[in-house]
Amino acid sequence: MNNILNQIGIENYIFLSVLLFCIGVFGVLYRRNAIIVFMSIEIMLNAVNLLFVAFSTYHQDSEGQVFVFFSMAVAAAEVAVGLAILVSVFRNLGSIDIDNLKNLKG
Amino acid sequence: MEKNLALVLLLSPFVGFLFNIFFGKKVSRTVSGAIGTLTVVLSFLLSICFFSQLNQSGKPFEFSVFDWIQVSNFKLDFGILLDQLSLLWLLFVTGIGSLIHLYSISYMHDDENMHKFFAYLNLFVFFMITLVVGSNLLVMFIGWEGVGLCSYLLIGFWYKNQDYNDAAKKAFIMNRVGDLGFLIGMFIIGALFSTLNYAEIKTALAAGNADTALLGVAALCLFIGATGKSAQLPLYTWLPDAMAGPTPVSALIHAATMVTAGIFMVTRMNFVFDLTPDVQNIIAIVGALTALVAASIGLLQNDIKKVLAYSTVSQLGLMFLALGFGAYNVAVFHVITHAFFKACLFLGSGSVIHGLHGEQDMRNMGGLRKAMPITFWTMMISTLAIAGIFPFAGFWSKDEILMVAFEHNKVLYVIASIASIMTAFYMFRLMYLTFFREFRGTEEQKHHLHESPSLITIPLIILAVLAVIGGAINLPGSMWLTHFLEPILGKHEAHALGTHEFMLMGVALVGALVGILWANAKYIKQAFVPKSDAEITGFNKTIYDKYYVDEFYTFLIVKPINGLSNFFRTTLEPALGKVVFSFGSLANGLGTQGKKIQNGNIGLYLFVFVIGVCAIITYLFIAQ
Amino acid sequence: MDVTTILLLLLVGAVATFLAGDKLASKVALVFSLGTLGVSLSLLNQLLQGTDISFVGTWIDNPKVALAFKADGLAMAMVLLTTALTPLIVFSSFGNHFNNSKNFYALVLFMAFAMAGTFLAADGLLYYIFWELALIPIYFIALVWGNGDAEERKKAVLKFFIYTLGGSLFMLIAFAYLYSKAGSFLLEDLYNLDLSAGEESWIFLAFFLAYAIKIPIIPFHTWQAKVYQKAPTVGTMLLSGIMLKMGLYSVIRWQLPIAPHAAKEYMPILIGLSIAGVIYGSIVALRQKDLKKLLAYSSLAHVGLIAAGCYTLTLDGLSGAVAQMIAHGFVIVGLFFVAEIIYRRYETRTITDMGGIRTQTPKFTSMFMILVLASVALPGTYNFVGEFTVLYSLSQANLWFAVLGGTTIILGAYYMLKMFQNVMLGETNAKAFADVTSSEAITLVAIIAFLLFFGLYPKPITDLVEPTLKEILAVINK
Repeated sequence: MNNILNQIGIENYIFLSVLLFCIGVFGVLYRRNAIIVFMSIEIMLNAVNLLFVAFSTYHQDSEGQVFVFFSMAVAAAEVAVGLAILVSVFRNLGSIDIDNLKNLKG
Repeated sequence: MEKNLALVLLLSPFVGFLFNIFFGKKVSRTVSGAIGTLTVVLSFLLSICFFSQLNQSGKPFEFSVFDWIQVSNFKLDFGILLDQLSLLWLLFVTGIGSLIHLYSISYMHDDENMHKFFAYLNLFVFFMITLVVGSNLLVMFIGWEGVGLCSYLLIGFWYKNQDYNDAAKKAFIMNRVGDLGFLIGMFIIGALFSTLNYAEIKTALAAGNADTALLGVAALCLFIGATGKSAQLPLYTWLPDAMAGPTPVSALIHAATMVTAGIFMVTRMNFVFDLTPDVQNIIAIVGALTALVAASIGLLQNDIKKVLAYSTVSQLGLMFLALGFGAYNVAVFHVITHAFFKACLFLGSGSVIHGLHGEQDMRNMGGLRKAMPITFWTMMISTLAIAGIFPFAGFWSKDEILMVAFEHNKVLYVIASIASIMTAFYMFRLMYLTFFREFRGTEEQKHHLHESPSLITIPLIILAVLAVIGGAINLPGSMWLTHFLEPILGKHEAHALGTHEFMLMGVALVGALVGILWANAKYIKQAFVPKSDAEITGFNKTIYDKYYVDEFYTFLIVKPINGLSNFFRTTLEPALGKVVFSFGSLANGLGTQGKKIQNGNIGLYLFVFVIGVCAIITYLFIAQ
Repeated sequence: MDVTTILLLLLVGAVATFLAGDKLASKVALVFSLGTLGVSLSLLNQLLQGTDISFVGTWIDNPKVALAFKADGLAMAMVLLTTALTPLIVFSSFGNHFNNSKNFYALVLFMAFAMAGTFLAADGLLYYIFWELALIPIYFIALVWGNGDAEERKKAVLKFFIYTLGGSLFMLIAFAYLYSKAGSFLLEDLYNLDLSAGEESWIFLAFFLAYAIKIPIIPFHTWQAKVYQKAPTVGTMLLSGIMLKMGLYSVIRWQLPIAPHAAKEYMPILIGLSIAGVIYGSIVALRQKDLKKLLAYSSLAHVGLIAAGCYTLTLDGLSGAVAQMIAHGFVIVGLFFVAEIIYRRYETRTITDMGGIRTQTPKFTSMFMILVLASVALPGTYNFVGEFTVLYSLSQANLWFAVLGGTTIILGAYYMLKMFQNVMLGETNAKAFADVTSSEAITLVAIIAFLLFFGLYPKPITDLVEPTLKEILAVINK
């Protein structure tokens, strides 16, 4: 087991991943711009992807990496759809501030 | 062969019904009437054939036509039984039926729906035959309900008048109250013996392993059925109202045949009633009270048909009195003589009404003796018969009833005697008011007074002759009828004619004469004419208004049911509906509250989401 | 040939009707419904000759749902009721004009398909699917083509839809539980299941909710009158003539044999409730002002008696109930058709606006009268056979049940004759009333002929259903 994981240590991957995830969460919570929220979600996703890969190597099991490919593909699709929605929202409302998106108010 | 003939006997009137319903409108009224009459005459002739055959062989004739209803413990077939009792009934049902059909050809000739009238009459005869010839209770029940239906159709024959329709409806519904009793009685018997066939019930009873308490209930229920059809207390009120129908109907259905169905049924089931003395007592008491109550109402009625209706109820009461004492043969005897003279009386009254163009109120009659001699004499004979004057038919049969009553129960004997005196009184009151003294109607009516045509008078004459000689079938010496019915009713020891009997006959005769003289004194000597409705007061008014029994029933049953219906409809139904809707409202309420959370602030959603995730993770840590 | 032919034919018929276009729709529907009747009659013939016409196929592996259609006497009797009434109902509507008639008649046939499927299905989930499927067409028929104020109609129909759907959900839960126990939805497997008393009670109650709402048994009937009133007459006929019988049939086929002990335990309550429905329905019917509502309540009274018969758990009760189901199906369709005939001429359903029709319409009057008499179970009509047998079975359970249930023959006569009098009799109505057309007459005559024939000779139907009922009773009493 002589790879980069050994030199850095699994804990640091976890720390980094948690840090990234938290940044993502706070980004989602505090920013009003939908694109930034979107990017924050991407950060969270990638945080999880990083963790997946790290554990995959740690356990010598390739399944985690397979998952990452999946989630990257899904994320790409999601971005495509999500951005399209945002574009049409912007066209309709002239803004992408999420505070303005209250049409679902019960 | 015999089987086919019996089916022809049964179905012939039905064919007449079908013809008149489908083609009656296309042929002339006379043809329609003739076909209606001939089909019944055919049944009558066949009845005579079977009767003479039975008289020779003495063997009843029973066969099954097809299987009908099947329940778990027994099978009911559509079976026909021609024995002494059913043939006796057939003879006078089809015989008198033929006469009344004949009479109707003339009586109904001006009615645009005459073909329907004949159709219904034929249908009635068909159902009556079914009732009589059935070999089990269920077939009897078909006829039983069927005659009720025809009664409904014929009472409401002039359907444009809603009062008549009400009367028809009332008759049907009151009959159905009785029918429920019949049904329940049938159920109990079916459960007890696993059969409804008369002969099989009799055999099972003879084996002697019946639960008498339950059998008593069954007998009582059957008797309730009989009170409905035969207009006994407390279900008699429909019969006087049934006079709304055309007069031949009153004669055929509501005097001579259908109303005797109850007596037929009790006689048919005599082996059951013989085992339930308590029920027999009830029958006797109900019969006597009905005789008295109806006779007393009859005293003051002014509608000629109403008087006859109450007299019918009263006479039926006397028959039930006899049944209650187990003297079935006596009751049957009175049924037959009563059929003769009461049919004659009704047809006579029809002739009078016909002559006066629809007038039924006796206050507007009088003096018709000269204008309508045949009607007068035939009715007079029948009146003497019903009053119980020697030697007319009614004397013999009524006298036997009184004799039986005297033997068994003195109180009921007194009641029955009083009813008989009243009968003599109100019948002669009817005769005096209608036929004697001056005519009290309008000049125009007087101008048109005439005797009815021969198609009306011939049946009257035949019936009057029978009302004279009808008593011969069971004269105290020969007792032909009693002997004839022995295979069904068992042996009844014949009364030896002693001084005792002669004395009772004398008392009855004197009673009848008292009634007649009383009527004579009041309506001939004092020339009394009943007052107009508004002037009647006091107890007389109570009687005139029939003791307010109808009002009482309305108050006690009809009103509460209708009130309940209104309450259910306007209050309970919406309330129940609200309960169901309250579930919907609950969901709605939850939604109203819930939607406040859904405020559309995405930031808040996300915040809650993250908190939620944290909470779940924390929980999982703690849980471990 | 097996019973799936019937279902396929109805389904194909529905599609064909839809494709045929508005002009031809009614005729195509009639042709297909008559064809189905022919097919089901020939299938009946095969069944009587001993050929097996059931169909069992696989459908879903997990959960294990089979495409099982079991055609025994009872199911065939009910299918025949459906396939016989459908052409009659379609034909009776020839005098009406419907917008978008292709949709309308397609829905009618689709509903017949769903109902026939319900009667035939021998797999719990399949049965449940058909059961719910039948609800969809009637919802649209009543909603789109109904009469009266649109808002009120929407409310009534929606209530009916959610109410019955809600009730059925309990049945679904029961089926899910039964599946977890038996590992199959097949009828035989469910029959053979051994359940504890507590389980049976819950299952029984879940079924009861579904059926009591559908039948309906009081106090679950509140949807009925309004929907009958608001739906177009064709819809009312489908509902009252066939759909109610789905509930009653299911009681016999599913509820009683699956939870027999609970049925026995609750018997007095169930019979009592049913008989209370008889009396209650009759009394409410007395003072109804709307003809269709009156008939709706009369229907409530009649099905109460049928349900009482089912819950006696005796052969008489069940066979009487089946007879009464069939008889009531025909007579109520006839009576609603009578209401429709009057509506076509007078454009009213309020009884007080009618009266004095008899003089103008001798034929119509006679046929109406016979239907009224059949409805009050006069001997000679098939209704009497059913009512007699049911009342007899009730009298075996307890004499008072028969007395109380028997009040229907008095109260029934009261409200029916009163209605007849107010609608038909009295002084001749000033408004002209054309006598029945030949197509109207054909429908009524067919119904009357059926009722009278089997009234005098009920043996064929009795013989058809009795073996099945005996099998079911054997399961109940095992």
